[in-house]
Amino acid sequence: MNKLKQLCAGGAALTFMSSIARADYGLNLPVGVTETSRQVYDLHMLILWVCVVIGVIVFGAMIYSMIYHRKSRGAVASQFHESMTAELVWTVIPFIILIVMAIPATTVLIDMHDSSEPDLQIKVTGYQWKWRYEYIGEDVDFFSTLDAASNEARRVGSDIDPATVDNYLLNVDKPLVIPVGKKVGFLLTASDVIHSWWVPDFGWKKDAIPGFINEAWVKVDEPGVYRGQCAELCGRDHGFMPIVVEVKSEADYATWLAEQKAGSTAEKTAVIEEIDPLELKNIGKKVYTANCVACHLQKGEGVAGIYPAITGSAIVTGDINQHVDLVMNGKPGTAMAAFKDQLSDTELAAIITYQRNSLGNKVGDAMQPIDIAALR
Amino acid sequence: MATVTDSLDDHHDHGPAKGLMRWVTTTNHKDIGTLYLIFALVMFMVGGAMAMVIRLELFQPGLQFVDPGFFNQMTTVHALVMIFGGVMPAFVGLANWMLPIMIGGPDMALPRMNNWSFWILPFAFAMLLGTFFMDGGAPAGGWTLYPPLVLQGGNGFPFMIFAIHMMGISSVMGAINVIVTILNMRAPGMTLMKMPLFVWTWFITAYLLIAVMPVLAGAVTMLLTDRFFDTTFFSAAGGGDPVLFQHIFWFFGHPEVYILILPAFGVISAIIPTFARKPLFGYSSMVYATSSIAFLSFIVWAHHMFTVGLPLQGELFFMYATMLIAVPTGVKVFNWISTMWKGSMTFETPMLFAIGFVIMFTIGGFSGLMLAIAPADFQYHDTYFVVAHFHYVLVTGAVYSIMASVYYWIPKWTGNMYSEKLGQWHFWLSTISVNVLFFPQHFLGLAGMPRRIPDYSVQFAEFNMWSSIGGFAFGLSQVFFCFIVYKTIKGGEKATDQVWEGAEGLEWTLSSPPPYHSFSTAPEIK
Repeated sequence: MNKLKQLCAGGAALTFMSSIARADYGLNLPVGVTETSRQVYDLHMLILWVCVVIGVIVFGAMIYSMIYHRKSRGAVASQFHESMTAELVWTVIPFIILIVMAIPATTVLIDMHDSSEPDLQIKVTGYQWKWRYEYIGEDVDFFSTLDAASNEARRVGSDIDPATVDNYLLNVDKPLVIPVGKKVGFLLTASDVIHSWWVPDFGWKKDAIPGFINEAWVKVDEPGVYRGQCAELCGRDHGFMPIVVEVKSEADYATWLAEQKAGSTAEKTAVIEEIDPLELKNIGKKVYTANCVACHLQKGEGVAGIYPAITGSAIVTGDINQHVDLVMNGKPGTAMAAFKDQLSDTELAAIITYQRNSLGNKVGDAMQPIDIAALR
Repeated sequence: MATVTDSLDDHHDHGPAKGLMRWVTTTNHKDIGTLYLIFALVMFMVGGAMAMVIRLELFQPGLQFVDPGFFNQMTTVHALVMIFGGVMPAFVGLANWMLPIMIGGPDMALPRMNNWSFWILPFAFAMLLGTFFMDGGAPAGGWTLYPPLVLQGGNGFPFMIFAIHMMGISSVMGAINVIVTILNMRAPGMTLMKMPLFVWTWFITAYLLIAVMPVLAGAVTMLLTDRFFDTTFFSAAGGGDPVLFQHIFWFFGHPEVYILILPAFGVISAIIPTFARKPLFGYSSMVYATSSIAFLSFIVWAHHMFTVGLPLQGELFFMYATMLIAVPTGVKVFNWISTMWKGSMTFETPMLFAIGFVIMFTIGGFSGLMLAIAPADFQYHDTYFVVAHFHYVLVTGAVYSIMASVYYWIPKWTGNMYSEKLGQWHFWLSTISVNVLFFPQHFLGLAGMPRRIPDYSVQFAEFNMWSSIGGFAFGLSQVFFCFIVYKTIKGGEKATDQVWEGAEGLEWTLSSPPPYHSFSTAPEIK
């Protein structure tokens, strides 16, 4: 009999533990991979247990009272309605508990605010709806956007099962790369609306605010890939601007950085070649899907009142220079971003050529990368 | 002399006008209370329908039904409708019905203004909901209206601003009326410290309303001029600051939270003693606790903004101040439990909802205390953990207290008892479903799901499905509630004047339903 009991208890515990242990079935805050995140996790668990204990006492008293002090059991109501002692006790004790809570919270907060003396600094800029990472002093600067597979699967009526997409909505075309064990400082800002940069495993999030710079820092213990999302409502595609951080060993990071630098130098010195308009249109379609679809929609129909249609647009079908100007410099006060910094010469030429000759438009002219380069 | 008094009484005894015009022109506190309550119920269903759209889209990963822009409109307008159209008018309705009766007065002090403050509301909400049919759709920047995002809205933007102005005017007029009524219309002997707690909490709420609604009006007007008249209050490019808006908004927004919950405290403090057949424990400490909460509500606003990059000192101050709120709130909960202790309890529907309130509001209070810890808030902020927190305090808090009051007072209002059996069903269906709906959202938030997203990574699928199922069940339960209310208005077992065995207070000395003019002769309070 005893054995049976043990078996049952063991089985139940095992089921419970294994359901918690299932990696993709989060119940609690991640412990994370930084000193900060572990401190935050400990604070979280401490306050959680404080609440649980108080809850057990308070609800326990209530339930006891509900069982024993009910009329159907013949309880007779006593008429007491005041007790200075009791009032004092339950004012003072919670106050003491709060002070005990406030001390570790203050320590952690002070630590988190110390973003001095970073080993390297990265400027993070939020755009609707992508992130830009600039390695300060390193000439490495790139955008990070939702990966193509997720982007395709997330369309209304795409008929693609999200479960078949790797890291659905939590994957990007080009992740941020940082070295392990180094204090990485972040300077956060935004170009259009407020965003918020959040990787749960790092233990914090911080708002990226246009016109202002916020500071934060991270020192990761283990190499790996860590994922997060924008946490501040930033418009239509707020749910679709993930963050992926690859933490590499110092040597791997150095290699990666050198590659990036070589790449950006090559890009700058490359001879700009003429591209066949048909090819431009093909590139343009991809660029359109990645950058324009969110507002102007798949067929270029737009949304009346906020996002103008591409199809039949006076600007797209009119003077090509005005069209180029709008795409490159954006329209202040609206969601139309300046794509000058976000896209390469080729991509800009491609998107303009594509818009003028697709999506129901047939202007017939094309833009070449070299012409865009001249306008920069 | 006696004859003069008599003829005056005759004059006062005429009943309400007949037909539709009765409701349009009424200055009677009970009629206006009824209008407010019906309006709130309608808005509750409208806002609920939007919640159903939200839960439908979140039922499984991938976008199945609505596009992200419309989803954002749903979350934004759901919040505005529920806060300004559901909970606030419901409490004003309860105040209108009960305050004059509870203090032994004949009516509200300013009856014509009372009429006006109600009739502004349907127009304000027609305007707000009308934005769905305008180019660019309804506002989609979140109910917090943060710039610069909110400035990207379509043609509905100015209409939303004017709708908020109108709601604010309505609230301020209602609040003035409450204060003037309480200060001037009390029966002889009804000193301030003898007033029922519902009167006290509304008195304090009214001051909060007068203090902060103009602040909101100012903030949204600045948005309006930023968009249309080239000011740059909230744009760094012109020397402004987007975070300034958040400070102003939450200076309104945090007291607003207590505007939504203080009257609930009053209701619960009326219901628990009735069904425990025992006087409220610690009456005066309840009054002081309510006042402290109201005071503290003005100095904690930036805990909504821990992640905007406040200086360390600022974060510490707002963390400590926020944690302090737990003390007076705790006092209230302990007092309610002490009221139940050694009572002689029965569990009719109002008591069930009141107990549900105490338990689940406390759960919301616990998560609130967790959110107060600034370093932990850096993780919780803007996730489903926050969504779970404020729905526990607002749905199982404010809304549950409103349900409790409806069951508690509807026999008085209509003269008919509701069906106890159906009421109990409604309670249990609501309570089970609301926990299936909101409890898993704590886990979702902790596991890393941000709020206000129309689609999510597959690891969040399971709990979202639970949450949606709970949501649909909770929604249906409220349709059932409408049916119960309708049935009670239509008829039912006649209620006595006393209605509840343990009930005390002036409202139970009047007939059920009460006469059209409450106390034409002031009762004497000893």
